[in-house]
Amino acid sequence: MDFTLKIWRQEGPQEEGRMETYPVTGITGDMSFLEMMDVLNDQLIRDGQDPVAFDHDCREGICGMCSMFINGEAHGPNRKTTTCQLHMRSFKDGETIYIEPWRASAFPVVKDLAVDRSAFDRIIQVGGYVSVNSSGNPIDANAIPVPKEDADAAFNAATCIGCGACVATCKNASAMLFVSAKVSQLALLPQGQPERMSRVQRMVDQMDKEGFGNCTNTGACEVECPKGISLDNIARMNRDYLKSQVTGE
Amino acid sequence: MIRPEHTTSMAQTGILKSSLAKKYAMAASGLFLCLFLVGHLAGNLQLFMAPSDGGRQFNEYAKFMTTFPAVKLLSYLTYFAVLFHFADGIVLSLQNRKARPVRYAMERPSTNAGWSSRHMMLLGTIVLVFLVTHMQNFWWQMHFGEVAMVDYDGVLVKDLYTVVVAFFNPELNSFALPAIGLYLLGQFALGFHLWHGFSSGFQSMGLRHPRYTKWIVGLGKAFSVVVPVLFSSIVVFMYFTQA
Repeated sequence: MDFTLKIWRQEGPQEEGRMETYPVTGITGDMSFLEMMDVLNDQLIRDGQDPVAFDHDCREGICGMCSMFINGEAHGPNRKTTTCQLHMRSFKDGETIYIEPWRASAFPVVKDLAVDRSAFDRIIQVGGYVSVNSSGNPIDANAIPVPKEDADAAFNAATCIGCGACVATCKNASAMLFVSAKVSQLALLPQGQPERMSRVQRMVDQMDKEGFGNCTNTGACEVECPKGISLDNIARMNRDYLKSQVTGE
Repeated sequence: MIRPEHTTSMAQTGILKSSLAKKYAMAASGLFLCLFLVGHLAGNLQLFMAPSDGGRQFNEYAKFMTTFPAVKLLSYLTYFAVLFHFADGIVLSLQNRKARPVRYAMERPSTNAGWSSRHMMLLGTIVLVFLVTHMQNFWWQMHFGEVAMVDYDGVLVKDLYTVVVAFFNPELNSFALPAIGLYLLGQFALGFHLWHGFSSGFQSMGLRHPRYTKWIVGLGKAFSVVVPVLFSSIVVFMYFTQA
Protein backbone atom coordinates (compact mmCIF):
# COMPACT_ATOMS: atom_id res chain seq x y z
CA MET A 1 0.00 0.00 0.00
CA ASP A 2 1.08 3.55 -0.73
CA PHE A 3 0.00 6.65 1.12
CA THR A 4 0.44 10.41 0.98
CA LEU A 5 1.08 11.71 4.47
CA LYS A 6 0.48 15.30 5.50
CA ILE A 7 2.39 15.66 8.74
CA TRP A 8 2.79 18.55 11.17
CA ARG A 9 6.48 19.43 11.43
CA GLN A 10 7.69 21.73 14.19
CA GLU A 11 11.35 22.05 15.22
CA GLY A 12 10.65 22.95 18.84
CA PRO A 13 8.18 24.49 21.27
CA GLN A 14 8.99 28.05 20.21
CA GLU A 15 9.29 27.41 16.48
CA GLU A 16 6.57 27.91 13.90
CA GLY A 17 5.10 24.66 12.65
CA ARG A 18 3.71 23.72 9.24
CA MET A 19 2.11 20.78 7.44
CA GLU A 20 4.48 18.90 5.13
CA THR A 21 3.72 16.22 2.58
CA TYR A 22 5.55 12.88 2.44
CA PRO A 23 4.88 9.92 0.16
CA VAL A 24 5.30 6.53 1.80
CA THR A 25 5.44 3.26 -0.13
CA GLY A 26 5.66 -0.47 0.54
CA ILE A 27 3.26 -0.50 3.47
CA THR A 28 1.30 -3.67 4.26
CA GLY A 29 -2.17 -3.75 5.78
CA ASP A 30 -0.90 -5.67 8.79
CA MET A 31 1.52 -2.93 9.80
CA SER A 32 0.41 -0.78 12.72
CA PHE A 33 0.21 2.95 12.21
CA LEU A 34 3.40 3.38 14.24
CA GLU A 35 5.22 0.81 12.08
CA MET A 36 4.16 2.81 9.05
CA MET A 37 5.70 5.87 10.75
CA ASP A 38 8.86 3.81 11.38
CA VAL A 39 9.04 3.01 7.65
CA LEU A 40 8.65 6.70 6.84
CA ASN A 41 11.36 7.68 9.34
CA ASP A 42 13.66 5.01 7.91
CA GLN A 43 13.21 6.57 4.49
CA LEU A 44 13.80 10.08 5.87
CA ILE A 45 16.99 9.02 7.67
CA ARG A 46 18.33 7.31 4.53
CA ASP A 47 17.61 10.53 2.62
CA GLY A 48 19.52 12.53 5.24
CA GLN A 49 16.39 14.25 6.51
CA ASP A 50 15.16 14.80 10.07
CA PRO A 51 12.85 11.94 11.12
CA VAL A 52 9.38 12.75 12.44
CA ALA A 53 9.28 12.81 16.24
CA PHE A 54 6.33 10.95 17.77
CA ASP A 55 5.59 9.42 21.16
CA HIS A 56 5.34 5.65 21.59
CA ASP A 57 6.31 3.03 24.12
CA CYS A 58 4.53 -0.28 24.78
CA ARG A 59 2.89 -0.59 21.36
CA GLU A 60 0.18 -2.78 22.81
CA GLY A 61 -2.38 -0.16 23.82
CA ILE A 62 -1.79 0.10 27.56
CA CYS A 63 0.88 2.72 28.19
CA GLY A 64 -0.86 5.84 26.89
CA MET A 65 2.22 7.20 25.16
CA CYS A 66 1.14 7.11 21.52
CA SER A 67 -1.05 9.94 20.37
CA MET A 68 -1.53 11.55 16.92
CA PHE A 69 -4.63 13.19 15.52
CA ILE A 70 -5.16 11.13 12.39
CA ASN A 71 -7.51 12.32 9.65
CA GLY A 72 -9.39 14.53 12.08
CA GLU A 73 -9.74 11.97 14.87
CA ALA A 74 -7.70 11.14 17.96
CA HIS A 75 -5.94 7.77 17.48
CA GLY A 76 -7.47 7.54 14.00
CA PRO A 77 -10.81 6.31 12.69
CA ASN A 78 -11.30 3.14 14.78
CA ARG A 79 -13.12 3.11 18.13
CA LYS A 80 -11.53 2.00 21.43
CA THR A 81 -8.17 1.80 19.69
CA THR A 82 -4.88 3.50 20.35
CA THR A 83 -2.66 4.57 17.45
CA CYS A 84 -0.33 1.62 18.04
CA GLN A 85 -3.31 -0.76 17.72
CA LEU A 86 -4.48 0.91 14.51
CA HIS A 87 -3.61 -1.11 11.43
CA MET A 88 -2.99 0.26 7.96
CA ARG A 89 -5.76 -1.98 6.58
CA SER A 90 -8.13 0.58 8.13
CA PHE A 91 -7.08 2.96 5.35
CA LYS A 92 -7.61 2.85 1.60
CA ASP A 93 -4.59 2.29 -0.64
CA GLY A 94 -3.45 5.63 -2.03
CA GLU A 95 -5.26 7.62 0.66
CA THR A 96 -4.03 10.97 1.91
CA ILE A 97 -3.65 10.86 5.69
CA TYR A 98 -3.41 13.96 7.89
CA ILE A 99 -1.27 13.45 11.00
CA GLU A 100 -1.22 16.18 13.63
CA PRO A 101 -0.18 16.48 17.27
CA TRP A 102 -2.74 16.85 20.10
CA ARG A 103 -3.70 20.50 19.98
CA ALA A 104 -4.22 22.25 23.31
CA SER A 105 -2.48 25.17 24.99
CA ALA A 106 -2.00 22.86 28.01
CA PHE A 107 -0.19 20.32 25.77
CA PRO A 108 2.59 22.36 24.12
CA VAL A 109 4.32 20.73 21.17
CA VAL A 110 7.80 19.46 22.04
CA LYS A 111 8.69 18.49 18.49
CA ASP A 112 6.61 17.48 15.48
CA LEU A 113 3.92 15.08 16.81
CA ALA A 114 5.23 14.82 20.38
CA VAL A 115 3.48 16.99 22.93
CA ASP A 116 4.23 17.70 26.59
CA ARG A 117 1.49 16.02 28.64
CA SER A 118 3.03 16.75 32.05
CA ALA A 119 -0.08 18.85 32.85
CA PHE A 120 -1.74 15.47 33.51
CA ASP A 121 1.07 14.50 35.87
CA ARG A 122 0.64 17.72 37.84
CA ILE A 123 -3.11 17.05 38.16
CA ILE A 124 -2.34 13.59 39.56
CA GLN A 125 0.32 15.02 41.88
CA VAL A 126 -2.13 17.35 43.65
CA GLY A 127 -4.61 14.63 44.59
CA GLY A 128 -4.71 11.51 42.45
CA TYR A 129 -3.64 9.23 45.29
CA VAL A 130 -4.68 7.89 48.69
CA SER A 131 -2.54 8.63 51.74
CA VAL A 132 -1.68 5.44 53.63
CA ASN A 133 0.38 5.42 56.79
CA SER A 134 2.98 2.72 56.40
CA SER A 135 3.88 2.48 60.08
CA GLY A 136 2.05 0.16 62.47
CA ASN A 137 -0.35 -2.32 60.93
CA PRO A 138 -1.79 -1.07 57.67
CA ILE A 139 -5.03 -2.80 56.71
CA ASP A 140 -4.67 -5.30 53.91
CA ALA A 141 -6.60 -3.83 50.95
CA ASN A 142 -8.06 -7.28 50.29
CA ALA A 143 -9.58 -7.29 53.78
CA ILE A 144 -11.73 -4.21 53.04
CA PRO A 145 -15.14 -5.22 51.62
CA VAL A 146 -15.98 -3.50 48.32
CA PRO A 147 -19.31 -4.09 46.53
CA LYS A 148 -18.80 -5.76 43.14
CA GLU A 149 -20.54 -2.91 41.25
CA ASP A 150 -18.29 -0.30 42.88
CA ALA A 151 -15.17 -2.36 42.23
CA ASP A 152 -16.13 -2.75 38.57
CA ALA A 153 -16.92 0.96 38.14
CA ALA A 154 -13.65 1.91 39.86
CA PHE A 155 -11.74 -0.50 37.68
CA ASN A 156 -13.39 0.85 34.53
CA ALA A 157 -12.37 4.38 35.53
CA ALA A 158 -8.87 3.13 36.29
CA THR A 159 -8.43 1.78 32.77
CA CYS A 160 -7.77 5.39 31.66
CA ILE A 161 -4.23 5.37 30.29
CA GLY A 162 -3.88 9.16 30.37
CA CYS A 163 -3.14 9.45 26.66
CA GLY A 164 -4.95 12.77 26.29
CA ALA A 165 -7.24 11.77 23.40
CA CYS A 166 -10.16 13.35 25.32
CA VAL A 167 -8.38 16.71 25.38
CA ALA A 168 -7.32 16.38 21.74
CA THR A 169 -10.85 15.52 20.64
CA CYS A 170 -12.80 17.99 22.73
CA LYS A 171 -13.64 21.14 20.80
CA ASN A 172 -12.78 23.04 23.99
CA ALA A 173 -9.61 21.05 24.78
CA SER A 174 -11.21 20.10 28.10
CA ALA A 175 -9.56 17.49 30.32
CA MET A 176 -12.76 16.57 32.17
CA LEU A 177 -12.85 12.93 31.08
CA PHE A 178 -9.29 12.27 32.22
CA VAL A 179 -9.63 14.15 35.51
CA SER A 180 -13.03 12.62 36.28
CA ALA A 181 -11.70 9.09 35.64
CA LYS A 182 -8.81 9.73 38.02
CA VAL A 183 -11.16 11.25 40.62
CA SER A 184 -13.67 8.40 40.23
CA GLN A 185 -11.28 5.48 40.48
CA LEU A 186 -10.57 6.54 44.07
CA ALA A 187 -13.95 8.09 44.95
CA LEU A 188 -15.64 4.74 44.30
CA LEU A 189 -13.50 2.80 46.77
CA PRO A 190 -13.48 2.86 50.60
CA GLN A 191 -9.79 3.80 50.66
CA GLY A 192 -10.56 6.95 48.70
CA GLN A 193 -13.22 8.32 51.05
CA PRO A 194 -11.16 10.30 53.62
CA GLU A 195 -9.64 12.56 50.95
CA ARG A 196 -12.58 12.44 48.54
CA MET A 197 -13.68 16.09 48.84
CA SER A 198 -10.24 17.69 49.03
CA ARG A 199 -9.06 15.49 46.16
CA VAL A 200 -11.76 16.63 43.74
CA GLN A 201 -11.15 20.27 44.66
CA ARG A 202 -7.41 20.06 44.20
CA MET A 203 -7.58 18.18 40.94
CA VAL A 204 -10.24 20.42 39.38
CA ASP A 205 -8.38 23.54 40.50
CA GLN A 206 -5.15 22.22 39.00
CA MET A 207 -6.99 21.31 35.78
CA ASP A 208 -8.20 24.92 35.53
CA LYS A 209 -4.72 26.26 36.29
CA GLU A 210 -3.23 24.21 33.47
CA GLY A 211 -5.47 26.05 31.00
CA PHE A 212 -7.71 23.25 29.77
CA GLY A 213 -11.08 24.35 28.39
CA ASN A 214 -14.52 23.92 29.93
CA CYS A 215 -16.72 20.88 29.40
CA THR A 216 -19.76 21.47 27.18
CA ASN A 217 -21.01 17.88 27.38
CA THR A 218 -20.70 17.17 23.66
CA GLY A 219 -19.67 13.62 24.55
CA ALA A 220 -16.93 13.54 21.89
CA CYS A 221 -14.33 12.46 24.48
CA GLU A 222 -16.28 9.33 25.40
CA VAL A 223 -16.57 8.34 21.73
CA GLU A 224 -12.87 8.84 20.98
CA CYS A 225 -11.46 7.47 24.25
CA PRO A 226 -9.42 4.35 23.42
CA LYS A 227 -10.47 2.84 26.76
CA GLY A 228 -14.16 3.74 26.58
CA ILE A 229 -14.16 5.89 29.73
CA SER A 230 -17.78 6.89 30.40
CA LEU A 231 -19.35 10.32 30.88
CA ASP A 232 -20.71 8.85 34.14
CA ASN A 233 -17.34 9.79 35.61
CA ILE A 234 -17.74 13.44 34.61
CA ALA A 235 -21.18 13.54 36.25
CA ARG A 236 -19.73 11.96 39.40
CA MET A 237 -16.96 14.56 39.50
CA ASN A 238 -19.48 17.38 38.95
CA ARG A 239 -21.50 15.99 41.88
CA ASP A 240 -18.51 15.61 44.17
CA TYR A 241 -17.12 19.04 43.39
CA LEU A 242 -20.51 20.67 43.99
CA LYS A 243 -20.81 18.80 47.28
CA SER A 244 -17.29 19.82 48.30
CA GLN A 245 -18.15 23.46 47.61
CA VAL A 246 -21.47 23.39 49.40
CA THR A 247 -20.25 21.55 52.49
CA GLY A 248 -16.86 23.28 52.55
CA GLU A 249 -15.17 20.02 53.51
CA MET B 1 -8.36 12.98 60.58
CA ILE B 2 -6.01 15.69 59.43
CA ARG B 3 -7.94 18.31 57.51
CA PRO B 4 -6.24 19.02 54.20
CA GLU B 5 -5.05 22.59 53.91
CA HIS B 6 -6.53 22.85 50.48
CA THR B 7 -10.16 23.48 51.31
CA THR B 8 -11.73 26.24 49.33
CA SER B 9 -15.37 27.08 48.87
CA MET B 10 -17.00 29.04 46.07
CA ALA B 11 -17.19 32.00 48.47
CA GLN B 12 -13.41 31.90 48.92
CA THR B 13 -12.45 31.32 45.33
CA GLY B 14 -15.05 33.65 43.82
CA ILE B 15 -18.29 32.09 42.69
CA LEU B 16 -17.33 31.83 39.04
CA LYS B 17 -13.64 31.13 39.36
CA SER B 18 -13.65 27.41 38.76
CA SER B 19 -14.70 25.91 35.46
CA LEU B 20 -17.23 23.68 37.22
CA ALA B 21 -18.82 26.55 39.14
CA LYS B 22 -19.34 28.36 35.84
CA LYS B 23 -21.00 25.26 34.45
CA TYR B 24 -23.30 24.90 37.48
CA ALA B 25 -24.35 28.51 36.98
CA MET B 26 -24.88 27.92 33.28
CA ALA B 27 -27.01 24.86 33.99
CA ALA B 28 -29.04 26.49 36.77
CA SER B 29 -29.81 29.62 34.74
CA GLY B 30 -30.57 27.56 31.62
CA LEU B 31 -32.92 25.17 33.39
CA PHE B 32 -34.62 28.09 35.12
CA LEU B 33 -35.18 29.67 31.70
CA CYS B 34 -36.76 26.37 30.56
CA LEU B 35 -39.32 26.86 33.34
CA PHE B 36 -39.85 30.41 32.13
CA LEU B 37 -40.52 29.07 28.61
CA VAL B 38 -43.26 26.81 29.97
CA GLY B 39 -44.94 29.73 31.74
CA HIS B 40 -44.59 32.05 28.77
CA LEU B 41 -45.95 29.41 26.40
CA ALA B 42 -48.94 28.72 28.65
CA GLY B 43 -49.75 32.44 28.57
CA ASN B 44 -49.31 32.74 24.81
CA LEU B 45 -51.49 29.72 24.07
CA GLN B 46 -54.43 31.86 25.22
CA LEU B 47 -54.03 33.74 21.94
CA PHE B 48 -55.65 30.75 20.18
CA MET B 49 -58.82 31.42 22.15
CA ALA B 50 -58.56 35.21 22.05
CA PRO B 51 -60.65 35.78 18.88
CA SER B 52 -63.71 34.40 20.73
CA ASP B 53 -63.66 37.03 23.50
CA GLY B 54 -61.88 39.87 21.70
CA GLY B 55 -58.72 39.20 23.67
CA ARG B 56 -60.21 39.98 27.09
CA GLN B 57 -58.77 36.95 28.85
CA PHE B 58 -55.35 37.57 27.28
CA ASN B 59 -55.35 41.26 28.24
CA GLU B 60 -56.36 40.56 31.81
CA TYR B 61 -53.66 37.91 31.99
CA ALA B 62 -51.12 40.41 30.61
CA LYS B 63 -52.13 42.93 33.27
CA PHE B 64 -51.74 40.31 35.98
CA MET B 65 -48.30 39.34 34.67
CA THR B 66 -47.05 42.95 34.70
CA THR B 67 -48.53 44.06 38.02
CA PHE B 68 -48.72 41.13 40.44
CA PRO B 69 -45.72 41.54 42.82
CA ALA B 70 -44.63 37.88 42.91
CA VAL B 71 -44.72 37.69 39.11
CA LYS B 72 -42.78 40.96 38.88
CA LEU B 73 -40.13 39.51 41.14
CA LEU B 74 -40.00 36.41 38.99
CA SER B 75 -39.64 38.57 35.88
CA TYR B 76 -36.60 40.36 37.36
CA LEU B 77 -35.11 36.95 38.09
CA THR B 78 -35.76 35.99 34.47
CA TYR B 79 -34.03 39.13 33.10
CA PHE B 80 -31.10 38.37 35.34
CA ALA B 81 -31.01 34.72 34.24
CA VAL B 82 -30.97 35.69 30.56
CA LEU B 83 -28.15 38.23 31.00
CA PHE B 84 -26.22 35.92 33.27
CA HIS B 85 -26.59 32.89 30.99
CA PHE B 86 -25.32 35.03 28.13
CA ALA B 87 -22.38 36.57 30.03
CA ASP B 88 -21.35 33.22 31.51
CA GLY B 89 -21.57 31.63 28.06
CA ILE B 90 -19.30 34.31 26.62
CA VAL B 91 -16.71 33.79 29.36
CA LEU B 92 -16.78 30.00 28.90
CA SER B 93 -16.51 30.31 25.11
CA LEU B 94 -13.57 32.70 25.28
CA GLN B 95 -11.74 30.37 27.66
CA ASN B 96 -12.48 27.43 25.39
CA ARG B 97 -11.03 29.24 22.39
CA LYS B 98 -7.94 30.11 24.37
CA ALA B 99 -7.50 26.45 25.33
CA ARG B 100 -6.82 25.57 21.67
CA PRO B 101 -4.85 28.41 20.07
CA VAL B 102 -3.79 26.37 17.01
CA ARG B 103 -6.63 24.70 15.12
CA TYR B 104 -6.39 21.30 13.46
CA ALA B 105 -5.79 21.25 9.72
CA MET B 106 -8.20 18.33 9.44
CA GLU B 107 -11.20 17.96 11.72
CA ARG B 108 -14.12 15.52 11.70
CA PRO B 109 -16.26 16.77 14.57
CA SER B 110 -19.46 15.18 13.30
CA THR B 111 -18.03 11.70 13.84
CA ASN B 112 -18.17 12.02 17.59
CA ALA B 113 -20.55 14.80 18.63
CA GLY B 114 -23.96 16.16 17.61
CA TRP B 115 -24.26 19.37 15.64
CA SER B 116 -26.25 21.32 18.21
CA SER B 117 -23.85 20.41 21.03
CA ARG B 118 -21.01 21.94 19.03
CA HIS B 119 -22.86 25.17 18.15
CA MET B 120 -24.40 26.29 21.42
CA MET B 121 -22.81 29.76 21.26
CA LEU B 122 -24.08 30.37 17.71
CA LEU B 123 -27.57 29.08 18.54
CA GLY B 124 -27.67 31.06 21.78
CA THR B 125 -26.62 34.23 19.96
CA ILE B 126 -29.42 33.80 17.40
CA VAL B 127 -31.89 33.32 20.25
CA LEU B 128 -30.54 36.46 21.95
CA VAL B 129 -30.86 38.56 18.78
CA PHE B 130 -34.43 37.34 18.41
CA LEU B 131 -35.05 38.05 22.09
CA VAL B 132 -33.91 41.67 21.76
CA THR B 133 -36.30 42.32 18.85
CA HIS B 134 -39.03 40.36 20.63
CA MET B 135 -38.67 42.45 23.80
CA GLN B 136 -38.69 45.64 21.73
CA ASN B 137 -41.84 44.58 19.87
CA PHE B 138 -43.96 43.50 22.82
CA TRP B 139 -42.34 43.92 26.21
CA TRP B 140 -41.28 47.51 25.52
CA GLN B 141 -44.66 48.34 24.00
CA MET B 142 -46.49 46.92 27.01
CA HIS B 143 -44.30 48.70 29.55
CA PHE B 144 -43.36 51.97 27.86
CA GLY B 145 -45.20 52.20 24.51
CA GLU B 146 -48.54 53.78 23.82
CA VAL B 147 -51.08 51.03 24.20
CA ALA B 148 -54.80 51.83 24.00
CA MET B 149 -56.85 51.05 27.11
CA VAL B 150 -59.96 48.92 27.15
CA ASP B 151 -62.68 48.99 29.75
CA TYR B 152 -63.59 45.60 31.22
CA ASP B 153 -66.49 46.13 33.66
CA GLY B 154 -65.08 49.44 34.86
CA VAL B 155 -61.45 48.28 35.04
CA LEU B 156 -59.07 49.87 32.53
CA VAL B 157 -56.67 47.36 31.01
CA LYS B 158 -53.95 47.83 28.36
CA ASP B 159 -55.09 46.26 25.08
CA LEU B 160 -51.97 44.19 24.37
CA TYR B 161 -54.01 41.80 22.25
CA THR B 162 -54.66 44.49 19.62
CA VAL B 163 -50.91 45.30 19.60
CA VAL B 164 -50.12 41.61 18.96
CA VAL B 165 -52.79 41.26 16.27
CA ALA B 166 -51.62 44.42 14.50
CA PHE B 167 -47.98 43.32 14.68
CA PHE B 168 -48.63 40.13 12.72
CA ASN B 169 -50.91 41.81 10.17
CA PRO B 170 -48.99 42.61 6.95
CA GLU B 171 -51.46 45.41 6.13
CA LEU B 172 -50.84 47.21 9.41
CA ASN B 173 -47.16 46.34 9.85
CA SER B 174 -44.90 46.37 6.80
CA PHE B 175 -42.30 44.38 8.77
CA ALA B 176 -44.77 41.63 9.68
CA LEU B 177 -43.32 39.04 7.32
CA PRO B 178 -39.61 39.59 8.12
CA ALA B 179 -40.58 39.67 11.81
CA ILE B 180 -42.36 36.32 11.45
CA GLY B 181 -39.30 34.99 9.63
CA LEU B 182 -37.05 36.09 12.48
CA TYR B 183 -39.51 34.66 14.98
CA LEU B 184 -39.42 31.26 13.30
CA LEU B 185 -35.63 31.40 12.98
CA GLY B 186 -35.42 32.28 16.68
CA GLN B 187 -37.62 29.31 17.58
CA PHE B 188 -35.60 27.04 15.30
CA ALA B 189 -32.38 28.10 17.03
CA LEU B 190 -34.05 27.75 20.44
CA GLY B 191 -35.09 24.20 19.56
CA PHE B 192 -31.57 23.15 18.62
CA HIS B 193 -30.14 25.00 21.64
CA LEU B 194 -32.47 23.03 23.91
CA TRP B 195 -31.86 19.76 22.05
CA HIS B 196 -28.43 19.72 23.67
CA GLY B 197 -28.86 22.22 26.48
CA PHE B 198 -31.70 20.63 28.44
CA SER B 199 -30.01 17.32 29.22
CA SER B 200 -26.56 18.94 29.28
CA GLY B 201 -27.73 21.07 32.21
CA PHE B 202 -28.51 17.94 34.21
CA GLN B 203 -25.11 16.44 33.34
CA SER B 204 -23.31 19.63 34.43
CA MET B 205 -25.07 19.43 37.80
CA GLY B 206 -23.96 15.82 38.12
CA LEU B 207 -27.53 14.52 37.81
CA ARG B 208 -26.87 11.35 35.88
CA HIS B 209 -28.25 7.94 36.69
CA PRO B 210 -28.38 4.73 34.68
CA ARG B 211 -32.14 4.54 35.23
CA TYR B 212 -33.24 8.18 34.86
CA THR B 213 -30.83 9.75 32.39
CA LYS B 214 -32.53 8.27 29.35
CA TRP B 215 -35.80 9.86 30.52
CA ILE B 216 -34.12 13.22 31.07
CA VAL B 217 -32.58 13.09 27.59
CA GLY B 218 -35.94 12.04 26.10
CA LEU B 219 -37.80 14.78 27.97
CA GLY B 220 -35.22 17.32 26.80
CA LYS B 221 -35.64 16.29 23.18
CA ALA B 222 -39.44 16.34 23.43
CA PHE B 223 -39.24 19.75 25.14
CA SER B 224 -36.91 21.11 22.46
CA VAL B 225 -39.39 20.16 19.74
CA VAL B 226 -42.76 20.81 21.40
CA VAL B 227 -42.03 24.24 22.90
CA PRO B 228 -40.66 25.96 19.75
CA VAL B 229 -43.32 24.30 17.56
CA LEU B 230 -46.13 25.57 19.81
CA PHE B 231 -44.65 29.09 19.98
CA SER B 232 -44.30 29.09 16.19
CA SER B 233 -47.82 27.74 15.65
CA ILE B 234 -49.28 30.73 17.53
CA VAL B 235 -47.46 33.15 15.23
CA VAL B 236 -48.48 31.22 12.12
CA PHE B 237 -52.07 31.15 13.41
CA MET B 238 -52.02 34.92 14.04
CA TYR B 239 -50.73 35.52 10.54
CA PHE B 240 -53.07 33.22 8.62
CA THR B 241 -56.20 34.26 10.48
CA GLN B 242 -55.52 37.78 9.18
CA ALA B 243 -53.85 37.22 5.82
